[in-house]
Amino acid sequence: MAAAPRQPPFRPLAHLSRALSGGTGWKGIAGQLAFAVLLAWLAFDIVTNAQDNLRAQHIASGFGFLSGTAGFSVNQALIRYSEADTYLRVFEVGLLNTLLVSIIGIVFATLIGFAVALGRLSPNWLLARLSGGYVEVIRNLPLLFQLLFWYLAVLAALPIPRQSLSVFGIAYLNNRGFVVPHALPQHGAGVFMVAILVAIAASLVMTAYARRRLYRHGQRLRVWPLALALLVGLPLLSIALFGAPVTFDVPVLRGFNFAGGTRVTPEFVALAIALSTYTAAFIAEIVRGGLLSVPKGQMEAGASLGLSRPAVLRLVIIPQAMRLILPPLTNQYLNLTKNSSLAVAIGYPDLFSVFAGTTLSQTGQAVEIIAMTMAVYLAISLVTSALMNLYGWHIDRSQHA
Amino acid sequence: MKYGWFSIVMASMFLGSLAPANAQTTLKTIKERGVLSCGVSQGLPGFSAPDDTGKWSGLDVDFCRALAAVVLNDPLKIKFVPLSAKDRFTALQSGEIDVLSRNTTWSLSRDTSLGLNFTAVMYYDGQGFLVRRSLKVNSALELNGASVCVQTGTTNEQNLADYFRANNMKYEVVAFATADETIKAYESGRCDVFTSDVSQLYAERLKLTVPDDHAVLPEIISKEPLGPVVRHGDDQWFDIVKWTLFAMINAEELNVTQKNVGEMLKSNKPEIARLLGTDGNLGEQLGLTKDWVVRIVKAVGNYGESFDRNVGAGSKLRISRGLNKLWNQGGIQYAPPIR
Repeated sequence: MAAAPRQPPFRPLAHLSRALSGGTGWKGIAGQLAFAVLLAWLAFDIVTNAQDNLRAQHIASGFGFLSGTAGFSVNQALIRYSEADTYLRVFEVGLLNTLLVSIIGIVFATLIGFAVALGRLSPNWLLARLSGGYVEVIRNLPLLFQLLFWYLAVLAALPIPRQSLSVFGIAYLNNRGFVVPHALPQHGAGVFMVAILVAIAASLVMTAYARRRLYRHGQRLRVWPLALALLVGLPLLSIALFGAPVTFDVPVLRGFNFAGGTRVTPEFVALAIALSTYTAAFIAEIVRGGLLSVPKGQMEAGASLGLSRPAVLRLVIIPQAMRLILPPLTNQYLNLTKNSSLAVAIGYPDLFSVFAGTTLSQTGQAVEIIAMTMAVYLAISLVTSALMNLYGWHIDRSQHA
Repeated sequence: MKYGWFSIVMASMFLGSLAPANAQTTLKTIKERGVLSCGVSQGLPGFSAPDDTGKWSGLDVDFCRALAAVVLNDPLKIKFVPLSAKDRFTALQSGEIDVLSRNTTWSLSRDTSLGLNFTAVMYYDGQGFLVRRSLKVNSALELNGASVCVQTGTTNEQNLADYFRANNMKYEVVAFATADETIKAYESGRCDVFTSDVSQLYAERLKLTVPDDHAVLPEIISKEPLGPVVRHGDDQWFDIVKWTLFAMINAEELNVTQKNVGEMLKSNKPEIARLLGTDGNLGEQLGLTKDWVVRIVKAVGNYGESFDRNVGAGSKLRISRGLNKLWNQGGIQYAPPIR
């Protein structure tokens, strides 16, 4: 090992000035400061100018409107909502709907994307061609068009409520959505949840232990029968001792529609399908690129160790490819979240539809509402990026260890 | 680099010195531009809709033409700006349009908090429900549990919520951004009911494959006085828009029509002489010309003629005049006198 490299002498002021201006000396600092002040003044000027103009035109401003009564209904709310609630509540309902469809979309887009990428690289001729065709068709058609296709196709294919497709007489599919029994928690619910959590934790611990035995001592332990017994047995035991955790509110056809139960709307389904299939096409190409960037020798090395193709992919290729896949994958996640605002075209009540749409036109407070909506999308995007960066950092660290 | 700094400083000084954009009167702006910018719907037959050749027609469009006639002496010098329900007020606030003539309901909150002024009532409407005849529903009170399609950003959305709550009925609302998307979802069976102003229900029904399979229920659940809207703060333009509508209504009351306006100019009935500017200078008091009403009637006819041609007996919609009859014929259309 060579001697430690010589450190430059510690000179904070020079360091700061170089960092700020790229040049040196007080002139550089002064220039940067003046620029910062100018920017701040410009921002201040724009805000006050907007305020003055709004006041001059007698347009209401400020955030007082948030406590006003909304007076309109929303057909999908994850939290309790009624027409008598405030605009702030509408904001929360819309935000949760946006998050819901984004998260579901991201999960499915990732799964489909990886599957298609692996399919495209597969030695199976038919599978490779089908996957290639999927990517080329889906990524070259506009998303709005696909969204309307799914919405109208889904709606057209489904029957009216009175002729619903019944699933074992407890769930129903019709053009108002998919109605499933709604679970009402009972006394045993808490114990039941704990039982499941304990079973999961125990299974994870056992798997980790088995893996360590495999790596350290080369012994293969069969833990899955025990894990399965725990996962099934513990919850059953809790039911036997404390009674059923939930009762089900089964939907019944009454008048126009089903009463009771929980409903997944066709708008949500169409939006989730369109977003995940569309983004999956891009993710597939990113993943394929990442996998191809791993030298061919790695695959051959894995094969010569006697590992199967799936095992080589899982243990050797994908971990190395992830470093390249991650940054563009983050972009796709951000795109998906932002694209969810197309929901307004098919009547899915996302943030953009109920807040930047209905609330905006009812209160007329465009500046505040658009600013809040922009801030929300920005925050969601920044959080997504941060999580992905964290994951990237984790991968990097584990590979350099 | 020096010039870079300089230009940034100059640009910011310029931005900072910008005065509010509405320093000039709307009338002067329109005359200098040579074109009236009129906010209309995205296609509502009878009120404002373009035909195959892109020519706009309808009751709301006629009003824009009347305005262009009095201001620019040419009913064709108009730029029509199609707006969705949720974008319409922003377009007017920002100055993109001079007047909003787009089946817009007058309500207190819109008149006060938006920085806008409603001028007068062009059409007395009310909200109703359109349903499939096959559902065998005869009253809105039988709609418990129904799914309802509605256009977002309208008073309809709130009236709907009020009505179902007041009658203790459950419902599911599906809200779309444009009228076209709303009616398409209704037709595809997503909703049992389509709700809107009754005049719109008749207009949208024409877009359905078999219009006669659908019926409008008898209940009218709200008051929807529709009329043109202008920006707050320009009283002269507010007066011009308001009195252009009053002039159309007064012309009907005095039987001045597109056909007979030439002869009427010779009339010595004092009311008609004042209306048509052969006596006095009422038009000039508005900042217009003496013959302003003559221009209006030549361009689009009086209120009754425009109504019949676009939404009434002479149109495909065949909506009866109802509340929109003149006050002396059993309706409530009543314009202050021109004198």
